[in-house]
Amino acid sequence: MNKTDNTAPSTETTSGVGMIRMNDVSKWYGDFQVLINCTTKVDVGEVVVICGPSGSGKSTLIKVINGLEPFQEGEITFDGISVGDQATNLPKLRSRIGMVFQNFELFPHITIIDNINLAQLKVLGRDQDEATKRSMELLERVGLIDQMDKFPAQLSGGQQQRVAIARGLAMDPAAMLFDEPTSALDPEMINEVLDVMTELALEGMTMMVVTHEMGFARRVAHRVVFMDEGRIEEDCSKDEFFSGERGERAQEFLSKILTH
Amino acid sequence: MESGFDYGIILKSVPYLAEGLVLTFQLTILGILGGLVFGTLLALCRLAPFAPVSFIAGTYVNFFRSMPLILVIFWFYFLVPFLVGRPVGGFWSVTIAFIMFEAAYYCEIMRAGIQSVKVGQVYAGQALGLTYRQNMQYIVLPQAFRNMIPILLTQAIVLFQDTSLVYVVGLGDFLVHADIVANRDNRLMEMFSTVAVVYFILCLLGTLFVGRLQRKYANE
Repeated sequence: MNKTDNTAPSTETTSGVGMIRMNDVSKWYGDFQVLINCTTKVDVGEVVVICGPSGSGKSTLIKVINGLEPFQEGEITFDGISVGDQATNLPKLRSRIGMVFQNFELFPHITIIDNINLAQLKVLGRDQDEATKRSMELLERVGLIDQMDKFPAQLSGGQQQRVAIARGLAMDPAAMLFDEPTSALDPEMINEVLDVMTELALEGMTMMVVTHEMGFARRVAHRVVFMDEGRIEEDCSKDEFFSGERGERAQEFLSKILTH
Repeated sequence: MESGFDYGIILKSVPYLAEGLVLTFQLTILGILGGLVFGTLLALCRLAPFAPVSFIAGTYVNFFRSMPLILVIFWFYFLVPFLVGRPVGGFWSVTIAFIMFEAAYYCEIMRAGIQSVKVGQVYAGQALGLTYRQNMQYIVLPQAFRNMIPILLTQAIVLFQDTSLVYVVGLGDFLVHADIVANRDNRLMEMFSTVAVVYFILCLLGTLFVGRLQRKYANE
């Protein structure tokens, strides 16, 4: 790994090396271990769905990737850059990883267009016209161009989540992380968000998605990671995962969420 | 006694009272603005992950909150000229005293305000690549201010009343000017009633405004 300039994009990514690589990662909250020796990777253009019962560490797993949560042991690299390394410029690294949250987390005090513009202006250094142009393209794409001057609270949950996706995409990220993007939505709004995500996946975006939407996983995932009690129990292709031949815990989980 | 109440003296002294009121407003506004800026910096220090910084800010806040305001005013009146080596005049020493004193209170208000912003908002800013400073400036502080506006205004109303303490260093604020007229013309009843009515009306208007803001935010 290149230690002298930790923020320079690596050229390794195209050679089949993971865009995101986790090696033996462990994390504790006090005495409680939330992640236990987690190892996995996401290749360029790959869509990986992470599922598992609540409290299994899925959200934590995704938050350690861009350093929102610290971890104590192991190594994580994004595009060859070590996330845990003190010398890494985390803000710069994060600006290359889009993230979508369960509760949208749009900034309530500024308009939709400003939500999407803000980091383009302050982080990427784009000028106002350039940023607005990019934001409007993305709003058009998620079907919300007519909402650009509204405030987040004036939009439905599904609309807010689509704006949040546009906000992440505006940074032209190398990968997108989704942390239960549809869990806080009313059922009738789930599909409008999944449709946008499906489109992204089909375009070849590198994605890591924590979700219980198994239909989405079947449609677009390349791999499925199943977590239980802080451990990665299964890490296999989608077909293998849904074949019905995986471990007991995964089967139990699948039967629970597919039958209700 | 009705007949003994001289409205004329009130009207005649309006320009002189207004002059005092201007000083009262000046002190209030400077105290609020300075206190808010300094208090916000203190709040950021108190919340800083670096223990010595947060300890110093915490000590400052606890110290000033344990002092009577009148003592702080006296103290700065004598201390500031000593520190800068020349007389600075009552106005500036008192203004500094108010800013230092109010900052301790605004610090606690802003600290609560910053903590009222959900951690998810901080994550969202971080995930976009904002630095700590940018995240504070564009995401956290604007929301913290907004959440705290009613309490900040209430504190401003308290300061407006507290500026009357400047009489101890001989500054001519609204109350002092009224007092001068009252003693000169022996019209204590008239002058102190006027002062009371003016303070009451201004503070009531402020309080009503705060109430309206609170209802407005509650509805959003």
